[in-house]
Amino acid sequence: MAMAIDAALPTGRKLKLSLDRDEITKRGLMVVIALYLVVALAAPLYVMLSKSFSTYSFDLAKFEFQVSDKDGNWGEPITADALNQQLSVVPPAKLGTNSDGRLQATAFFPDFSFRSPVKYKIRGTSDDASFLVGLQLHSGTEWQEFGSNEFRRVMLRPSRAIGLENYTTYFSTPTLFRSIENSVFIAIISTVVTVGLAFGFAYALNRSCMRFKDAFKLVAMVPILVPSLLPGIALIYLFGNQGLFKDVLMGVPIYGPLGIVVGSVFFAFPHAMIIISTALAISDQRHYEAAASLRASSWRTFWTVTIPGARYGLISAAFVVFTLVITDFGLPKVIGGQFNVLAVDIYKQVIGQQNFEMGAVVSVILLVPAIAAFVVDRMVQKKQVALLSARSVPYQPKPNRRFDALCLAWCSLIAIFILGIMATSQFAALVKLWPYDLSVSLKHYAFDRMDGGGWGSYYNSIRLAALTAVFGTIIVFVGAYMVEKTEGFRSGRSAFQFLAMLPMAVPGMVLGLAYIFFFNDPTNPLHAIYGTMTILVVCTITHFYTVGHLTALTALKQIDQEFEPVAASLKQPFYKLFARVTVPVCLPAILEISIYLFVNAMTTVSAVVFLYSKDTALASVAVLNMDDAGDVAPAAAMAMMIFYTNAAARLIHLFISKVLVARTQAWRLR
Amino acid sequence: MRHETLAGQPRTPTDVSAMTAASLNTKPAYLKISNVWKAFGDFHALKDISLDIREGEFVCFLGPSGCGKTTLLRAVAGLDLQTRGTIHQGGKDISTLPPSQRDYGIVFQSYALFPNLTIAKNIAFGLENTKRPRAEIETRVTELLKLVGLPDQGNKYPAQLSGGQQQRIALARAIAISPGLLLLDEPLSALDAKVRTHLRHEIKELQRKLGVTTIMVTHDQEEALSMADRIVVMNHGVIEQIGTPTEIYRHPATLFVADFIGEANKFEGNAQKGAVSFGSKTFKCASHAFDAGAPVIAAIRPEDVIPHGPGARSPGAPDVVKQPQNLLDVTIGEMEFLGSFWRTRLRGPDLGDETLIADFSINAARRLTLAEGTALTVELPEERLLVYPRGQ
Repeated sequence: MAMAIDAALPTGRKLKLSLDRDEITKRGLMVVIALYLVVALAAPLYVMLSKSFSTYSFDLAKFEFQVSDKDGNWGEPITADALNQQLSVVPPAKLGTNSDGRLQATAFFPDFSFRSPVKYKIRGTSDDASFLVGLQLHSGTEWQEFGSNEFRRVMLRPSRAIGLENYTTYFSTPTLFRSIENSVFIAIISTVVTVGLAFGFAYALNRSCMRFKDAFKLVAMVPILVPSLLPGIALIYLFGNQGLFKDVLMGVPIYGPLGIVVGSVFFAFPHAMIIISTALAISDQRHYEAAASLRASSWRTFWTVTIPGARYGLISAAFVVFTLVITDFGLPKVIGGQFNVLAVDIYKQVIGQQNFEMGAVVSVILLVPAIAAFVVDRMVQKKQVALLSARSVPYQPKPNRRFDALCLAWCSLIAIFILGIMATSQFAALVKLWPYDLSVSLKHYAFDRMDGGGWGSYYNSIRLAALTAVFGTIIVFVGAYMVEKTEGFRSGRSAFQFLAMLPMAVPGMVLGLAYIFFFNDPTNPLHAIYGTMTILVVCTITHFYTVGHLTALTALKQIDQEFEPVAASLKQPFYKLFARVTVPVCLPAILEISIYLFVNAMTTVSAVVFLYSKDTALASVAVLNMDDAGDVAPAAAMAMMIFYTNAAARLIHLFISKVLVARTQAWRLR
Repeated sequence: MRHETLAGQPRTPTDVSAMTAASLNTKPAYLKISNVWKAFGDFHALKDISLDIREGEFVCFLGPSGCGKTTLLRAVAGLDLQTRGTIHQGGKDISTLPPSQRDYGIVFQSYALFPNLTIAKNIAFGLENTKRPRAEIETRVTELLKLVGLPDQGNKYPAQLSGGQQQRIALARAIAISPGLLLLDEPLSALDAKVRTHLRHEIKELQRKLGVTTIMVTHDQEEALSMADRIVVMNHGVIEQIGTPTEIYRHPATLFVADFIGEANKFEGNAQKGAVSFGSKTFKCASHAFDAGAPVIAAIRPEDVIPHGPGARSPGAPDVVKQPQNLLDVTIGEMEFLGSFWRTRLRGPDLGDETLIADFSINAARRLTLAEGTALTVELPEERLLVYPRGQ
């Protein structure tokens, strides 16, 4: 028998497990969800990318005309190019256009009159030349004849070319590319400040014996519940042209980098604080005991034990904050003034100038730092796993009056900052006319009297949030289950995993614009959902897919890998195991995913700002539009409505979790 | 010795041993594994494995970690498909069937009990969807709980039971559907020593009661020796030996088996006709087919070394010496007390630099007043001195 060691694998075909109904169902489900991600993410992004390389110009050599005299005798055919050289009706600089460009054919015939009996013929010299007659698109090299009355409706269409011209234009326009510098500058400053503040806060929570820790934790989470527009509005009330404390800034305007940084610190703070706090919480008491036994000073211990232990958390927090700030649109829109940043540029190009190609270029540029930050963060996170697996003794802080007082002061300052912003916004929403008439009224809550969608937009937002929470949770959890708990089909699963991670790196503005390109194309069979609630739900689920996916994966990884084989050996279909064991065991994570999706759907502005229609206006977008229209107080009131709703949703979530967990998780108690 | 008459299947240990010896051999193979290979890239985890398992048999796959035993079990279960080869169960080709279409129950080291279902619901999991009336399922669950010795525990959750109890529930869940084959993947490895020994016995008992064909994967030789009807010793993806526990222990087919199961002294030497020479002596040994002078390794288990009193060589000595040629004069180096016996390290002029490890019973040690430094004569019994090929 020992002979077999030297034998080689006999040739033959690789065996394949015959599929049972379970496996077919599973693969079918995975294909459906993968298809969802392709349609909702990969395809739109691809279309956007190709858009950014598309240039449009009128290629006059591609069109040929023939004109008759009054009696119907046709003259010689002549190209539009030749006519233009004779008459110079369209200067060369005007030939470049965008995908919507039109050029009236009559421009080449200065003596055109729609009443004359002259007839016109037009044809392309190549197959891709196209022109419109009214709304009807014509193309091809066949001559087409028109009476003069009809000929005035003929519009030449530009032809598309692939090239870097959009990028060349971008980088040769200082007003555009200055935004890169501005965005990076803002993001770096905000990151340094936020991480610094959050580290102190998290350090106080984990390493001191100060009082009111629970209250501080609660306050620190508040910014998650509001749109990023809210700190902008509040800061304008405090330090704006008519602000209460305008003089404190000694002439430095709040509109611009200062306002963006302060507001960014506000909305990015909780994200950084959670990450750093987690990193600090896993540190090992024994390291500190060892340091103490070596008689290291507390200063030295801090730099040799605390900081290295938390470094992955700090790095991760820095990247998260950087990405949040550089991709945020709402805050710089409200308080940025003349200071241009990338995310707002996309909006201005698309909404303001209808220059979709340039919007795509800015989007691609915004993708670069976002993806870079994402990739580095994933690499760092992988290293952190090893650190987590160590069996450590949790650190127990000892009371120290001076240190605890210092911590209390630090946390109080941050809490005052957060609550101050919230209070200002609330106050602004309630007073009649800031700063002249400070009496309280509810008139700013009469949204129906303002532009922006009124109360309808608020109910739309709730509908969007509820639909996103329900369908998003189902899609995300089932998708994660397929990735984690199916055997075989490895290449399919890793492709799926990649798609699921991608949304994290895609800024909302970029996703929204990509959706315009993809879904607003009349040839797309999915065009029908454009302008409906469906596209908003699809977009929001996709935008926030990754965090939910990771939450679900973490929960699923904690479930015994052997459940599936056991259920199969017991001849039970996988969906029975899924419904009776997997879902109940993962219920806390599932609820967590749904509330995450709900809150974010309520607050998000960036992706949906391109996609809402008259019937699907949203509360967060209404905040933006009311602020834009000068109705700042109602904007603050609507932002507060979002806050109340999210706070209530959080409370309901807490309640449901308690009830459901008590009912389904009895097994957790020994 | 237990003689129990159990539900419908009276069978005594005598029956089983008789069956092992004779009737089992004549039965056709229930599980037939033929020329199975498993490749992970260039690495071959299983190399041309062929094996027949008869109905009602308890077979252990034994080997060090990475030897391929779990891979082979998972191939039988359809969890990791083999790269080449076929597997037949009950005459049916199951080589590429998905797990759900095969006929087995499985128990894992981690128990894999569903944490949110009660014990009773765990056991009933495989019984549902089978058009059985609820009352029948309940009766069956009660019966199974009793069978594994945990009646009245049905309403608890798995986390409320000890590890050993949880493993019994996992077993009950696996046999609930009356599978034709029971697969046990290191079922006892996560338990502490006392519970392990106890459960070892119970699982074997249960298997006898049910008469279900069983494959158990283990790396624990004691477990395999005490439970299996036959042991399949594996190493580096090949089967080293298949045999009953006594065959494996008494007549290891390869040096690996001799070394892995139990312990063995190994001496490099050369084969002689009906003998082996090592150190400065030639000993009679178990029959072998080596040419004279061929490089070999001679192996003997420590407990097979026989101590003789002074004057063993003189005629009329109290001890019976079977083979005077195999006597060896030694001095005791160190002695180590291991509870039921003494482990000694013996050195002697004929051994050169080598040390012979021998285990002597407490009795023998007392009778011969053994102590460190004592000189004595030991015998290496001819039929216990085994010879294996020596690589260059």
